Amino acid sequence: MNKIFEVPLYAYERSPDQDASSPVRHKVIVIGAGPIGLAAAIDLAQQGIEVVVLDDNDKVSFGSRAVCYAKRPLEILDRLGCGQPMVDKGVEWNLGKVFFDDRQVYDFNLLPEGGHQRPAFINLQQYYFEEYLVNRVRELQEAGAPIEIRGRNKVEAIGTHPDHVKLEVETPEGSYTVEADWLIACDGAGSPVRSMLGLDFVGRVFEDNFLIADVIMDAGFPTERWFWFDPPFNRGQSALLHKQPDNVWRIDLQLGWDIDKEREKRPENVIPRLKAMLGEDVQFELEWVSIYTFQCRRMEKFRHGRVLFAGDAAHQVSPFGARGANSGLQDTDNLIWKLKLVMEGKAPESLLDSYDMERIHGADENILNSSRSTDFITPKSEMSRILRDAVLDLSEQYEFARPLVNSGRLSVPCTYDGSPLNSADALLDGPARTRPGSPCPDAPLDEGFLLPKLGDRFILLTIDADAPDLIEEDGIEVTRLALSVKDDPTLELKRRYLGDNDSAVYLIRPDQHVAARRPNYDENQFRHAIRRATGKE
Amino acid sequence: MSDLILTPNINGADDFYAELLAAHEGLDKAQSDALNARLVLVLANQIGDRAILTQAIQAAALKE
Ligand SMILES: Cc1cc2nc3c(=O)[nH]c(=O)nc-3n(C[C@H](O)[C@H](O)[C@H](O)COP(=O)(O)OP(=O)(O)OC[C@H]3O[C@@H](n4cnc5c(N)ncnc54)[C@H](O)[C@@H]3O)c2cc1C
Repeated sequence: MNKIFEVPLYAYERSPDQDASSPVRHKVIVIGAGPIGLAAAIDLAQQGIEVVVLDDNDKVSFGSRAVCYAKRPLEILDRLGCGQPMVDKGVEWNLGKVFFDDRQVYDFNLLPEGGHQRPAFINLQQYYFEEYLVNRVRELQEAGAPIEIRGRNKVEAIGTHPDHVKLEVETPEGSYTVEADWLIACDGAGSPVRSMLGLDFVGRVFEDNFLIADVIMDAGFPTERWFWFDPPFNRGQSALLHKQPDNVWRIDLQLGWDIDKEREKRPENVIPRLKAMLGEDVQFELEWVSIYTFQCRRMEKFRHGRVLFAGDAAHQVSPFGARGANSGLQDTDNLIWKLKLVMEGKAPESLLDSYDMERIHGADENILNSSRSTDFITPKSEMSRILRDAVLDLSEQYEFARPLVNSGRLSVPCTYDGSPLNSADALLDGPARTRPGSPCPDAPLDEGFLLPKLGDRFILLTIDADAPDLIEEDGIEVTRLALSVKDDPTLELKRRYLGDNDSAVYLIRPDQHVAARRPNYDENQFRHAIRRATGKE
Repeated sequence: MSDLILTPNINGADDFYAELLAAHEGLDKAQSDALNARLVLVLANQIGDRAILTQAIQAAALKE
């Protein structure tokens, strides 16, 4: 059987645009049908905005690449209609083991917080993720949504204008010109769009190579994450073993800087390394092998007029902590509602600058966390290695040292503290995790969960407080979601949204981030908050 | 906010110093470096207070 990543999922088809006498103008063009481009397009189409996705390929990601998907991206995918297949297929895990030298130094249970519909994270091959996104595109198309993917459409040149963007696209049948009011560049870490526009991409390259292998085996390894520092089978380096569905295991082996990549990738060199790690008699089959050098860098700005960068095209992180795809999804989650309001003339174009500001904040947080993990895993000076080894040695005997062990931190969404879209926090002693700028934490209700009731539009969440069912402020509609602590069997809603207050009113953005909160409804204040949250104040 | 103590605070300073040297006796450079690193981490955990730790790192850097 062919692997899903070997089957063309969006084969080239001739588009009428290629035969048009003058270039056809689309509302939005997305470049790149990777996970981020597809998510952007689905979000737009769900909201009725016409979108065309161009990709130079016609298949999902070759090999697995991203493996871990955290809770927040799963919640975003729920809103995009693809969360369930991810969770159904994905592997959940809570137990991890840390090895140093020839011994296990400790194990841990993540003990995820309860009261969320989605798990803390799942493991799943990237090709499945992309397949589910493509399935969702097909489902939307069947329902008549204005979305199209054009395979083997390679963008070769770009011209930017004050009110549109013009593209030269190469296809198997020659090239054509096409235009868009807005362009979203999701063309990956090597982003040709970025180069065509002569834009920077600065940061740090980690002078190290990692062999990433996905192997299929029936081994009785438990569903746990195993991380080795300086193991006998990979001296001076690190190793990771992680489970994916279908008995596929992800193995990362650090190789160091001075290696011959082509040589190391050959099965005759990979297999002995894996045998040394897994045991001589373990049967396995190689699904995918690749060698990476990791980098942490980002563009200086994500918005360039009518061109918006998202995902790896805008920022790249080392994979420790699983932040690439996870943070890219938070980019489009942040961007699409803003773009929609701007396109509909309901918000000023400057609202898009808050995309830049908020997501750069997010990218910097991710780069910081990934850099710290990488520095721990691959110490670059003698003293950083001495300290790292001291932490590991202590962690075997003393619990205190374990939080210092950093083999990748869980990806958590960032809070947009200081965003110009936030209104000052007016809920005295309200829980810190729901202060303005925060992503709304989920909470169980009598029926279902909180998050599925939010999203796609502005919501006024009232908890034991009065307010109108609908507010309209300068074209922005805000619908009320009225809840009570009586609908809150576990008291998590109270804990996460009220604290010691008896009531609260939250203005929640379409990306489920808090824009404003107060103990009670105050019309004037909330009208201001709506204006602020849409870039009008 | 509390401040890093930079005045004498160890009872029996000579004793303590001798104990520290004794712990390094017979160790080679790598073992001694490792011991020092572990000791720093153990002490840092005992202090715990992030602000004090920052002051301690700055004080040790002798960069006033
Ligand atoms: C080994 C490894 C492990 C990882 N693990 C994780 C993880 O556990 N969790 C996580 O969240 N992330 C992880 N990542 C990162 C994740 O894979 C990326 O962040 C993610 O794929 C980025 O998606 P994207 O859509 O921005 O870009 P891409 O997936 O790179 O997609 C870009 C698309 O643009 C297309 N394109 C490029 N140029 C053109 C052009 N000129 N014209 C038309 N189309 C073009 C390409 O064909 C491609 O389809 C990992 C990455 C690696 C390498």
